Amino acid sequence: MNPATLATRHAQALMGALGRLARAPLATILTLLVIALALALPAALGLLVTNAEVATGGFSQAVDMSVYLKSGETVQQAQRLAHRVRTMPGIANVTVISAAQGLRDFRKYSGFGAALDALTSNPLPNVLRIVPRAEASSAADLDRLRRDIGAWPEVQVVQLDAQWVLRFNAMLGVLRRLVLTAAVLFGAGVLAVIGNTIRLEILNRHAEIEVTKLVGGSNAFVRRPFLYTGMLYGLGGALLAWMILEAVVIGLTGPVARLAQLYGSAFVPAGLAARQCGVLFGGAVVLGWLGAWISAYHHLRRIEPRA
Amino acid sequence: MIQLERVSKRYPNGREALTHVSFFVDRGEMVFVTGRSGAGKSTLLKLIALLERPTRGTMTVNGRNTGTLKVRHIPAFRRQIGVVFQDHKLLADRPVFDNVALPLVVAGAPLKEIDRRVRAALDQVGLLGKERMVPVELSVGEQQRVGIARAVAGKPALIVADEPTGNLDPELAVEVMRLFKRFSDVGVTVLVATHDQHIVREFGSREIVLESGEVRGGDPDPLPSLVASR
Repeated sequence: MNPATLATRHAQALMGALGRLARAPLATILTLLVIALALALPAALGLLVTNAEVATGGFSQAVDMSVYLKSGETVQQAQRLAHRVRTMPGIANVTVISAAQGLRDFRKYSGFGAALDALTSNPLPNVLRIVPRAEASSAADLDRLRRDIGAWPEVQVVQLDAQWVLRFNAMLGVLRRLVLTAAVLFGAGVLAVIGNTIRLEILNRHAEIEVTKLVGGSNAFVRRPFLYTGMLYGLGGALLAWMILEAVVIGLTGPVARLAQLYGSAFVPAGLAARQCGVLFGGAVVLGWLGAWISAYHHLRRIEPRA
Repeated sequence: MIQLERVSKRYPNGREALTHVSFFVDRGEMVFVTGRSGAGKSTLLKLIALLERPTRGTMTVNGRNTGTLKVRHIPAFRRQIGVVFQDHKLLADRPVFDNVALPLVVAGAPLKEIDRRVRAALDQVGLLGKERMVPVELSVGEQQRVGIARAVAGKPALIVADEPTGNLDPELAVEVMRLFKRFSDVGVTVLVATHDQHIVREFGSREIVLESGEVRGGDPDPLPSLVASR
């Protein structure tokens, strides 16, 4: 078959499928809504995860460690120790916060200025602030580092502010897995909905299919409009799902931005990125095609002309 | 064009519809298959249109062995044959034009070509101007002629018709047969199953008489080699 003929046939099948969907608008919209909701749920979870990553992006990587030196240690000693830490593997940055600097910061941020004036000497120790490299920030790495440095005689205590970060990252990990699971389950749902819709459509058009086969329509010819119908369901469902998600994001933007503002963040929730849209639309079209194909493969073979 | 050698057809329910049927139809011939209902006429036509496979014997239609033709080649095979069904097999919810155009659409003909050939076919059966009507708006005879237009629209090499005049008044029946005759005059092979002896006599074409699934008369014209092998 030459390409022009094939293109004509595909165009006919596509237009036929479109026309059929348009002629039963209520049934089409109901089916699209079911598909859209099944697509929107995992997509919404995915959005939640990506937005949480963006919202916390600044500090989820910022695992740091505060090393409090014993009160007798001098700033010079602190500098020497900082140098020693810098030579250790897996360290991104070390800063020395001297006792005097610490007191200035505390006076500035705590609001206890007047009370501090009453003190005759600086009660704060010199502190090393250690930022490990991202690749050396696993729970085990951090724990090892904490114990190594904690064993030094000049060190009073090592405080690791990583616990919540680790928990948070673990939670994101759980959510990500949940997104995947939901995507698989609801994807199967979309497959079933489209497959069943196509099955009903095939049963409705039994006579037409039989006659088409009688006059020499091949299985591929008979199947083609159903495959286009499935793909159109997928595409329409994805479009509706995308609109639902955009509406949800727009609805949440105000409250979430206010909440973020209270935490001193300029974060605003974002809708689906281009790549995520690609996954949503591409995945939905493939699911639609696959659902229709499975259904058509099973049911069309059973329709053989019996004159 | 059509050649049967001791063809038998037994249905899954055990009924033997045809037994050792042999005959030969040459290209461009017009042949009647006659016999009472239940004699096997419809089964014979189903075998020729490859709606059924022969159980035994060898059968060649349009150069293809219908007993062994692969399933995926059946659609292309059917596109070479125009079949007129006793019950029309029209799509009730589609206009006349779409019904007649179906074989052309299936064959992937260009739209202009489809338009031209559908009109030509409708003109031949005297239904030009009724393209936009749906089958229920037509009389039974007109529906039958739509079925004929559909069968001839694809310019098949072989036309097979099962009781095409069964629902027509005698005048119209003769008209339809003349139409078939014209096709055979231009080289199309035509095989018509009918129980209408009047029509057969009127046209004087070769006749094959079936009775209880066997050839019992007429002029089956089996090839000499077949006669020898009996």
